[in-house]
Amino acid sequence: MAYNFKEEMNKPERFAGGHRLCAGCGAGVMARNVLRAIDEDDNIAIVNATGCLQAATFSYPYITWEDSWIHSAFENAGATCGGMEAAYRALEKRGKVKEKYKFLAFGGDGGSYDIGFQSLSGAMERNHDMVYICYDNEAYMNTGIQRSSSTSRFTDTTTTPAGSVVPGKPQNKKNLTEIMVAHSIPYVGQTTFLANMKDLNEKTKKAVYTEGPAFLNVLAPCTRGWRYDMADLLDITKAAVETCFWPLFEVENGKYKLTYEPKKKLPIEEYLRPQGRFKHMFKKGNEWMIEEFQKEVDLKWEMLLKKCE
Amino acid sequence: MGIKDRLSGNEATAMAMKSMNMDVMAAFPITPSTEIPEQFSQYVANGLTDTVFVPVESEHSAMSACIGSQAAGARSCTATSSNGLALMHEMLHIASAMRLPITMACITRAITGPINIHNDHSDAMSSRDCGWIQIHAEDVQEAYDNYIMSVRIAEHKKVLLPVMICQDGFITSHAVENVELLEEEDIRSFVGFYEPDYYLLNPELKVAMGPYDPPTYLMEHKRQQAEAMIDSLDVIKEIYDEFGKLTGRYYDLIETYKIEDAERIIILLGSSAGTAKIVVDELRSKGEKVGIIKIRSYRPFPGKLIREALKSPKVVAVLDKAEGLSSIGGPVYSDVCAALNGNAGFKIVNYIYGIGGRDVRTDDIHEVFADLQDDIDGKESKAKTAANYRYLALRE
Repeated sequence: MAYNFKEEMNKPERFAGGHRLCAGCGAGVMARNVLRAIDEDDNIAIVNATGCLQAATFSYPYITWEDSWIHSAFENAGATCGGMEAAYRALEKRGKVKEKYKFLAFGGDGGSYDIGFQSLSGAMERNHDMVYICYDNEAYMNTGIQRSSSTSRFTDTTTTPAGSVVPGKPQNKKNLTEIMVAHSIPYVGQTTFLANMKDLNEKTKKAVYTEGPAFLNVLAPCTRGWRYDMADLLDITKAAVETCFWPLFEVENGKYKLTYEPKKKLPIEEYLRPQGRFKHMFKKGNEWMIEEFQKEVDLKWEMLLKKCE
Repeated sequence: MGIKDRLSGNEATAMAMKSMNMDVMAAFPITPSTEIPEQFSQYVANGLTDTVFVPVESEHSAMSACIGSQAAGARSCTATSSNGLALMHEMLHIASAMRLPITMACITRAITGPINIHNDHSDAMSSRDCGWIQIHAEDVQEAYDNYIMSVRIAEHKKVLLPVMICQDGFITSHAVENVELLEEEDIRSFVGFYEPDYYLLNPELKVAMGPYDPPTYLMEHKRQQAEAMIDSLDVIKEIYDEFGKLTGRYYDLIETYKIEDAERIIILLGSSAGTAKIVVDELRSKGEKVGIIKIRSYRPFPGKLIREALKSPKVVAVLDKAEGLSSIGGPVYSDVCAALNGNAGFKIVNYIYGIGGRDVRTDDIHEVFADLQDDIDGKESKAKTAANYRYLALRE
């Protein structure tokens, strides 16, 4: 069925208002729209890794989530979700649970690229029928903007401060989406939210309604860590896509497909300039940093295009 | 009627798990507990059980998967040892705080530092403050019986705490002994079904677990956990009695052996109790007044039972198979001293023994009783190291 923005937006909320995420935060937009993509009548059970999304949505006794939800620790959303799904298989087989369930796990980049990497990999490899959704804001935001393996090179974070000798994070960003593709799971999608939420909605639907393990990587900016004006959230994600820093693509049973190709690939400055974490790159004498950043984006984009041929 | 068989502790544990028809088992291999998931997956492979077996990629994930599974409403179990238990440590606290009645076979083994695969209690003792009930077995029969009873204890509405069912690595886990097994139908009617009030896969009553718990609530939530642990003292006894009626094998939270008039008493747990009983018999045949107290339930700690059992000894030795590295003795010693609340009226000494699989022979237990006699006689103790904090079979 074709995507209908109005219909999707008028669905009953599964992610209630009144949570404690910051204004201009991408995590809440991500969660709300992922949940919207699920059929209203379907039961879901959700695992949340420790992080902003978890801390801001269930502070005892106030809860944002309308569905069954569990948080146990930082590094184990994959294993916890796998355990839930195993329980479902056991209880369904024994006639103790009659309704159908879908399983979702949410983790930030810290909980997915770093500390929860093993647990995520294990859950995908074991073929649990679940969707792992990484909301990638490129640093440990909940603890105060420390670098993760998802942080891009040159980023100014509290553990890779841009100083007079070291120009922000020295290393390139890890490509978790490709690592998940290498798990040979049925569905991997990379997305973010653009004005009509279509790409995120459609990829979520595919991920949830494909049998077996699926992985979604959602770029979800953080106004505190990225230092943009909170009203500009959707401009930032748009720039990430239009500069090809964050291409929108999916891999279904090993087959790559670009889901959006910019008509004219914008220079990376369009993405970097509005963000305070890259401010030092625009100082006189630091032009080489922007050049290096652009080279990395170009390299990854070319590699992806080849795979999508 | 029971079924006579010859099984190792690991085999008997896997058999108990199969007989109870657990919903989910999630496990990772580690010596000496590996045989349990091995044997269990063999049952699955041969269609002898339809339990969902999740072969996770670490012990941390084993406990995490058990948490997800039990929270979802499934009766879940695992098995581990040593560093595996240490890797689970974080999740042990979370499992008990969520009040999830997971059961776990803990096949005790020394924790690495340096690596050693043999038995001591450094793994179980390092987990003593995690809010898990911890039951120790002397032999294969107890390991088997304990597991079956523990599922009931864990799931009791007044308890709702996870249980760690401990047996000594290799000594019990690999020793083949005569055991009496229960008929599967008897086990199933004894344990019944897991029927939680709150679970994730209930569309009629959706629940959320694992909140951020602010300072206005965490203290009360911890107190609730503490009360469940206190309440479990009576529940354990109740379920032991029910099991006794079914099997003729009656248990208590402690087992006393010839302590009625004993002047010298050893307190210990696990397989060494069997060795100590032989020594008690030998010394009793010579008219010496000696006895032992075996602690079966280490958490909850049966302080009152121990206090009442120690009627009028002249001296007591507490044996610890873990070096607490506290500078004042091992963990069981600390607990016994706390239970007596400083009003013992007799001397209590501590022995660290059997570390890293150091053999525990009858001669060693004889040495303890001989030391205790010296203590009574006011002779200078021949025991190695400090006055009340001693070592057994330590080479100079």
